[in-house]
Amino acid sequence: MANSSAVKENYAPSVMSVVVPAVAWLIPGAGHFIQKRWIRGLLLMASIGLMFVLGLLMQGQVYRPNSGDVLDILGFVGDIGAGGLYIVTRAMDWGQGAMAHATGDYGTKFIIVAGLLNFISVADAYHIAIGKKQ
Amino acid sequence: MNRAFALPAAIVLTPSHFTAAVLFALFASVVFAITQRETVHDQVRYGLQCFVMFVGGVFVAGWVMWLLRR
Repeated sequence: MANSSAVKENYAPSVMSVVVPAVAWLIPGAGHFIQKRWIRGLLLMASIGLMFVLGLLMQGQVYRPNSGDVLDILGFVGDIGAGGLYIVTRAMDWGQGAMAHATGDYGTKFIIVAGLLNFISVADAYHIAIGKKQ
Repeated sequence: MNRAFALPAAIVLTPSHFTAAVLFALFASVVFAITQRETVHDQVRYGLQCFVMFVGGVFVAGWVMWLLRR
């Protein structure tokens, strides 16, 4: 119990602990940028951004939230992790790829995994914000 | 849809399965390394380890599928 209360004191919620995950989700890598982790932020932004864009260029499909199919909903959960990239893609009506092509299937997976990697990036930025990680 | 913003068909990418797997391994390894390790030395080491495991997994899976197909 002593340890858990110490942890609670050390990782007390602050403005940054709320702002950082939101910014990190919206713009991949930005959560690290606003905490002055420039190189990490740049590498995360490049990796996640390129993965998402390459997925689109491979004619990958972007999932919608209301398709009704359980597997499509899981795909949507992955896609939404990309934050701003997903919002821009939907706004521009991109990501209508043909799944009949093998590369379209690769692209769809690239888009989903880019979103999932951004979830990990958000968690990392949050851990830095609360002082759990350097 | 505003056609002015449509993705140009000329830049559609059609990588081979192996190229797609290597690109996937590269991006995933970078993110794993940065998020799962603290020091730069450990990040580089873990990133390379992940990349080798990803690409090695592709070769192992490829040979397993070749054996199953025989």
